[in-house]
Amino acid sequence: MTAQTFSSLALVTSVVIYALAFSMHTVEWASARKIRADKISLDATDTEAAAVREPALVGAADATSPDRVERVDRSGPAARSPQSPVDRLGSDQPEPLTARQRSETFGRMGVSLTIIALACAIAGVVARGIAADRWPLANMFEFTTMAMVIIVSAYLVLARMGMRWLGLPVTLLATVGNGLAVTVFYVAVAPVVPALHSVWFFIHITAAAVSGSAFNIGGLITILYLIKKRAEDKGTVGAVLGRLPEAKRMDVIAYRVLAFAFPLWTFTIAAGSIWAEYAWGRYWGWDPKETWALVTWVIFACYLHARSTAGWKGARAGMIAILGLAVFWFNFIGVNLLFAGLHSYAGV
Amino acid sequence: MSDTRTEETAAEATEVGTPEVVAGSEEARSTAPRRKGGAPALGLIGGLRFIWTQLTTMRTALGLLFLLALAAIPGSLVPQQSISPVEVNLFLQQHKTLGPIYDKVGLFSVYTSPWFSAIYSLLFISLIGCIIPRVAVYVRAVRAKPPRTPRYLHRMPAYVSTELPAADGQPADDPGQSAAVVDAAEAGLRKRHYRVVRHPDGSVSAERGYLREAGNLLFHVSLVFVLIGVAVVWLWNFRGDSAVVVGNGFANNLAQYDDFKAGPLFRESTLSPFSLKVNSFDVKFETGAVQTGAAREFKANVTVIDKPGDKPRNATIQVNHPLHINGSTVHLVAWGYAPVVTVRDGNGNVAYSGPVIFLPQDGNFTSAGAIKAPDGRPNQFGFEGIFLPSAPADITKSGPQSVFPGLYNPQLFLDAWTGKPGKETGIPESVYTLDTSGLKQIMNPKDKTQPLRFILRPGYEQKLPGGGSIELDGVQRWVKLQVGDSPGVYIAIIAIGCAVLGLCFSLFIRPRRVWARARTTKGSTVFEIAGLDRADARTGLQEDLADLLDEVAKDQNPAKQETP
Ligand code: HEM
Repeated sequence: MTAQTFSSLALVTSVVIYALAFSMHTVEWASARKIRADKISLDATDTEAAAVREPALVGAADATSPDRVERVDRSGPAARSPQSPVDRLGSDQPEPLTARQRSETFGRMGVSLTIIALACAIAGVVARGIAADRWPLANMFEFTTMAMVIIVSAYLVLARMGMRWLGLPVTLLATVGNGLAVTVFYVAVAPVVPALHSVWFFIHITAAAVSGSAFNIGGLITILYLIKKRAEDKGTVGAVLGRLPEAKRMDVIAYRVLAFAFPLWTFTIAAGSIWAEYAWGRYWGWDPKETWALVTWVIFACYLHARSTAGWKGARAGMIAILGLAVFWFNFIGVNLLFAGLHSYAGV
Repeated sequence: MSDTRTEETAAEATEVGTPEVVAGSEEARSTAPRRKGGAPALGLIGGLRFIWTQLTTMRTALGLLFLLALAAIPGSLVPQQSISPVEVNLFLQQHKTLGPIYDKVGLFSVYTSPWFSAIYSLLFISLIGCIIPRVAVYVRAVRAKPPRTPRYLHRMPAYVSTELPAADGQPADDPGQSAAVVDAAEAGLRKRHYRVVRHPDGSVSAERGYLREAGNLLFHVSLVFVLIGVAVVWLWNFRGDSAVVVGNGFANNLAQYDDFKAGPLFRESTLSPFSLKVNSFDVKFETGAVQTGAAREFKANVTVIDKPGDKPRNATIQVNHPLHINGSTVHLVAWGYAPVVTVRDGNGNVAYSGPVIFLPQDGNFTSAGAIKAPDGRPNQFGFEGIFLPSAPADITKSGPQSVFPGLYNPQLFLDAWTGKPGKETGIPESVYTLDTSGLKQIMNPKDKTQPLRFILRPGYEQKLPGGGSIELDGVQRWVKLQVGDSPGVYIAIIAIGCAVLGLCFSLFIRPRRVWARARTTKGSTVFEIAGLDRADARTGLQEDLADLLDEVAKDQNPAKQETP
């Protein structure tokens, strides 16, 4: 088997396992709804109060929030529930496979599968690099698979820090991303065109992949943040959304991720423009890719400013971040495939 | 300024009466127009002031940034005059009503249009107007001492405390012990790079993270310099290109450029007087199954004379490796084929001989061009046609289209015109197309209704009905060299570097305030530390304070207690 075949095989496998991981996380979330259903019928307000009563203080562990919901639930009128006789005693030892435990089990399985899928994806990307005998970031296929590796790795680190709730959207993104890569964006290994023969190839595209990954993670968190915030504002936070940290805190996490991405994106554009001088003889030529990269940059600058503008912070700033992510995707997929420009090296 | 920062502080500030030094200048500024707005007539000065204050608010900056993003988009959707003039013409031909409207509103030159310029000029002004007051505020903040210790430390977002046990033979409320522990706290905070002040009441307050705002200012100032750099480049830059057939030379003066653009302050005298000769040009193509025909290497080997009288030197020009000559940069930006032909006139004399540049039309270098022999006697000749570096085996099936960019099966397809020798008009005409006015197409002698069409391969000669001939001697390549200089670009590049640095400071430095005090009540001494993160809530403040407490109180053997 050649390195190239192995790479494709490993990446296709990763798509399948990511999809499995995603379904595990779906079940994880769905069983969390069960918890809620138990409660809702008994005492909805108590549940909501518990979910909203997340500690607002700095350093509060997000991971405790589902527990909290549970505990309040059990000690409250939920004790009347016929299905949870143990709970009635106020014991912390629920009967086997409560909804919560089921949810937890599926969550863990989701993470385990994600780790396996990531291993496959890394093997695929490395093999691709070996097959091509260069840094594997020269076309859409390679860029997407590399970005997915970065995103999932970053997520696993975050999951260890108590952010397992990102599992659902991240595995979905990885499934779709790698899925598109191996089907629509796929190109066989080939040497790169002369314009890509440069150290700037490594610098510019790697920076783009890392900051792009961070935009994606930040965007996903922002989407969850908006959902959670809406629920909090309406007072409809159930057990499912109770799994997420307090909206204000998610906003801060999203901000940090995007704040990491932004300077790197600035650097990406600057490095790209220096490279453009070497490769094409001009620093900036309003090529569609360049233009849209600038538009992306300006929108995230809007996001940062909106966060410190009265009336814009919070949900509205979040919308801007999502707009920024949409523009990033458009720049990546739309501009590569729709426009003729100097950047049309997608090879598709 | 950062509302995020001030918002979190604000609640505390009112509660504990902390003098707020770095007040949001946003708020400070926006009160001004409100006061003025109440007056019935603003007057000219007042009006200008009002506009100025509005322009420099964060909200305006936000709006302008949005507008800039929005305004940049059409330029990527509508063809741009400066990038693809051919497509602009095509668009104008195809859209008879829309075209002129687009043209009127500047959609074909978005990035130089008045409305685009207006947006970024306003942003530029807004930026400067925003920076100046903030620098003043910042200077005051840096000079100011950390704010005095609030009365109720336990109300702070992070708080740790411990009761100090009485030392042997001392009362529990020994002031010496209190002083010692606060000293230790002070030392610990200094070690952690806080700016610390000791207050008369025996407490300390400390602050760190001043570089955050410095970074923010550096970032915004750098942006101004980026724009200045871009302006300098625009004013003095030049860029021109010239197609040079391999074997020929190029001398750097305006006459030798096919196309030349320069900024308004560019002077021709600043062109460096170099000359060069293109000795050879190497290209390699992908012959594998994937991306067949994609270019894999271009390399022009040249001999350069830096200025008249200098010794010639050899150099290469490649994509990604331009040649630098006395401040000018020579790039290899395109290349193509130049069939070498010899045209003989009706008298049997050579009317033209040499390479003719054909322009590539597609990725496989199907190339179009015109061969002119105006000096032919008794009649002049003109030819127009297509050159295929690799003609397909069966031309009837696919039409005259090259199937590979390399030179495997070169064929030249031509139509011929003839006519009386023209007068020298002195009007420049395109070398790539034939102006057929005054000329008559040569018809096929076998079928007079059809024009004469013929194919030349290297070494072949076509006799023309009525005398004269054309021969394809061989095929040469040409390279398009672009010479240019962007003075001032280093201003922009360094400024971007500073901007990124400043951005990192402003995004990652988290300013923090810490207070420590030993308080004696009812005969026992409680040592307390409180902290406040002034930027977005950062995790770990509580832990850091606990660390500090451990460190300070470790020899006191305290019964430590933390509040959540
Ligand atoms: C060329 C236009 C501008 C760009 C690209 C830009 C970009 C940025 C960026 C990326 C940040 C993030 C740094 C941070 O959050 O600390 C920032 C912050 C900031 N900008 Fe701008 N800016 C521009 C114009 C302005 C203008 C005109 C103002 C004045 C109203 C302004 C005021 C601020 C303030 C106060 C912050 C600090 C926000 C904070 O600390 O959270 N900016 N800017």
